[in-house]
Amino acid sequence: MRGRSRGVTLTLLLVWVVAYPLALVFLESVRGSEGWTAEYVVAFARDGGEWAVLWASLWISVVSVVLAALVGVPLAFVFERLDFPGRRVLGALIALPAVLPPLVGVIAFLFLYGESGFVARAVAILFGLDGPPWRLRGAGAILLVHAYSMYVYFYLFTRSGLARLDGSMLEAAQSLGAGTVATFRRVTLPLLRPQLAAAGLLTFMTALGSFSAPYIFGGGFRVMTTQIVASKLNGDIPRALVETAALAAVALVGLALLKRTEGARSVVAVGKGTPPAARVLARPLTRWGAAAVGWLFGAVLLLPHATLVVVSLVPAGTWTTQLLPPAYTLANYADLVTEPERLRPLANSLWMAGVATVAAVGISLWAGWLVVRRRAVLRRLIEWLLTVPWAVPGTVLAIALATAFSVRAPWVARWVFVGTLVILPLAYLVRNIPLVAGSVLAGFRQLDPSLDEAAASLGAGKWRTLARVTVPLLRPAILAGAALAFATASGDFVTSIVLYTFETRPIAIEILASLRQFDLGAAAAYGVVLMFFSAGAMLVGTRR
Amino acid sequence: MAESFLRLEGLTKRFGDRVAVDDLTVAVARGSVLALLGPSGSGKTTTLRLLAGFERPDRGRIVVAGADLTARPPAERRFGMVFQHYALFPHLTVGENVAFGVGRPEGEGDRRHRVAEMLELVDLAGFEDRQVSELSGGQQQRVAVARALAPHPQILLLDEPLSNLDPGLRERTRRELRSVLRRVGITTVLVTHEQEEAFALGDRVAVLQEGRLEQVGSPFELYERPRTRFVATFVGRASVLSGVVAGAGRVRVAGDVEWPADTPDGLASGAAVSVVVRPEALRFADRGLPGTVTECRYTGARAYYLVDVGGQTVEVEAAAQAAPIGGTVHLTAERAAAFPEGAA
Repeated sequence: MRGRSRGVTLTLLLVWVVAYPLALVFLESVRGSEGWTAEYVVAFARDGGEWAVLWASLWISVVSVVLAALVGVPLAFVFERLDFPGRRVLGALIALPAVLPPLVGVIAFLFLYGESGFVARAVAILFGLDGPPWRLRGAGAILLVHAYSMYVYFYLFTRSGLARLDGSMLEAAQSLGAGTVATFRRVTLPLLRPQLAAAGLLTFMTALGSFSAPYIFGGGFRVMTTQIVASKLNGDIPRALVETAALAAVALVGLALLKRTEGARSVVAVGKGTPPAARVLARPLTRWGAAAVGWLFGAVLLLPHATLVVVSLVPAGTWTTQLLPPAYTLANYADLVTEPERLRPLANSLWMAGVATVAAVGISLWAGWLVVRRRAVLRRLIEWLLTVPWAVPGTVLAIALATAFSVRAPWVARWVFVGTLVILPLAYLVRNIPLVAGSVLAGFRQLDPSLDEAAASLGAGKWRTLARVTVPLLRPAILAGAALAFATASGDFVTSIVLYTFETRPIAIEILASLRQFDLGAAAAYGVVLMFFSAGAMLVGTRR
Repeated sequence: MAESFLRLEGLTKRFGDRVAVDDLTVAVARGSVLALLGPSGSGKTTTLRLLAGFERPDRGRIVVAGADLTARPPAERRFGMVFQHYALFPHLTVGENVAFGVGRPEGEGDRRHRVAEMLELVDLAGFEDRQVSELSGGQQQRVAVARALAPHPQILLLDEPLSNLDPGLRERTRRELRSVLRRVGITTVLVTHEQEEAFALGDRVAVLQEGRLEQVGSPFELYERPRTRFVATFVGRASVLSGVVAGAGRVRVAGDVEWPADTPDGLASGAAVSVVVRPEALRFADRGLPGTVTECRYTGARAYYLVDVGGQTVEVEAAAQAAPIGGTVHLTAERAAAFPEGAA
């Protein structure tokens, strides 16, 4: 307790696993076998194809934000403002994609709208076509998947904004003569701006780092994430490094720009008020109309997940040309636990995600104590290091870790982790620590500091205070963050594809392998397992 | 103060450029209650936090029974603290809260006994298994007191112990608190910004302003013999007029009206002074300081009149309907106190 704590140890640890690998990417991209060189950067800059790919990543992200907003914002208004039968259950269900691993959403989409999915089959049969009516390929397919899964950010942020809105402000506007449209445009929308900006930022960063959708649906259309992995798999490491550096730079610049606009415009509502009650629709026709709209939206959005469940019940090789699978079985699930080769990825994902999550909780508690309680000298740096992995696309992190920890050079703190059991849990830890730390730090900030002081004045030392007071009080925050991190890590695809070995292959890699072997049932069964992890995480996270 | 149990010696604490506590020296006798009284920002809470060990002083020492505790961490000081918002652990029951500081060596049976004893002391016998959130504000305050006393602390610290209670509940809780402190006989330091609370609970009261000690003494001494103008106006009600010294024990106000007053040593006749006079020391009379009644506040037993005397306002306590609003009156003072003009 003596003197001001600095937080040097934690800072060094975080620098080592977060900042150092990223810095190495930039460094190594300008270094060849003969020392410093601009050769690779120049090659990148002169290659029109690379610029096209970078541009593709950018515009795909921007359009994804627009599309996601177009779906999510109206949906939020319908579910927050109108009361109709089934509003609560459905409202919670359509938030599920928030915690669903992207790959699971992508394969669900494939089974539903893909060229051999349910919808394509139905259309083909309806019109008597010989082949599939469309091919789900290219930018359009990617955007469709993005809109379909990222609307959830706009949906959740808008709903929380609406729920916090002071109803008397809307009444004030109306009593000042503003009509419904004017009230919406001049009061509601400006008040929602912080939430919309946050949702936009989140969607942009997610879309920029999106890998599963472009990887599965891109075909010849490349974005930077898939381009990097392709270069890496081709063994063109220098090229992969320059591409990684470029994507990281775009992500960090995007983050800085968007953060600034968000900060400048944020509105602080004065005083506390109660949000307007959801309007109970009195006329039966409008009431059922609203219900129908809500349910239609909900059904369309949840259909892919239902599809996944159906496909997981299909025995291997039985579903060929029929509209609906002819046979159903639970064998795919039984195989997951009885066949060692199928169980292995499941067990791998569980232990690796588990270890990463426990470590993330430990580091977050440490950070929370240093940053919030002790107000350590390096607290800003610590917080920054805990946020950065969130802003950096998963592919970039994976390449960075692969670069840093594939060389044995203990004098510069580099060891060979690639190819060992260490690398994937480490990657999951780095990638998901912002989730846990965000939740735990927020929890710390809400804790009354005099509770700690009370424990100290009653004779409790540091560790006893932590065990008896701090951790029990932070439990909801820890659980929420940890559940989310665990669900995300257990379904991780983007870092795993760069860093896995056969021994450590996780669920997502096995899903991909099953898809390649047309073992759709097995792939879907894994997907359903991950879906349940996500649903569980969401349940833990929203329980109070 | 022959037997001072707790001594604060030259305690100083800075936050950046601001001096929160400035060279504070106070002693507290064993078993007595010292109230730190002052407006917000006067450094009283910082002083309490220095005592508890949550802050470290830049200079000075904290000595208990001859032992220097300045460098000891809070957990080793054996100072019990009751927090302003009580800081009861919301995830523990009442019994677990009270047992929190009771050491392991005492064993489970002794612990339970101690918890029961403490709850009994604060009149909450049998509340062991209640949730903290089920309790009323007054009950929470009593649990906080029980919890702080349970580990046999050598000093008890109270941070605005009654500020979180409804006014109606305050007086009763104050009486109960005083009786608990008397029964336990523990040396206590309490912080408050309310004079009434400080007077009711404190054996001695230390008045702080801007980190400095203005005066320390019994409530009677502070009220009757304030040593500074700040103490005179902060403790109790008082009006301030400008005047001059008219001789030993006399002041002159408004040119020619002479009142008896405590005058500071070393001020010659004719020196400009601030004359501080309490409402109950002023009387309506046939002659004296002329003024106009501008306002009357009737409280039942007595009434308080605001009287404008040549641009300055004084408050007078008198019988109801002693003077009409707008009426011209004359004031005499039984006694007043004079302080050098310009001094704080």
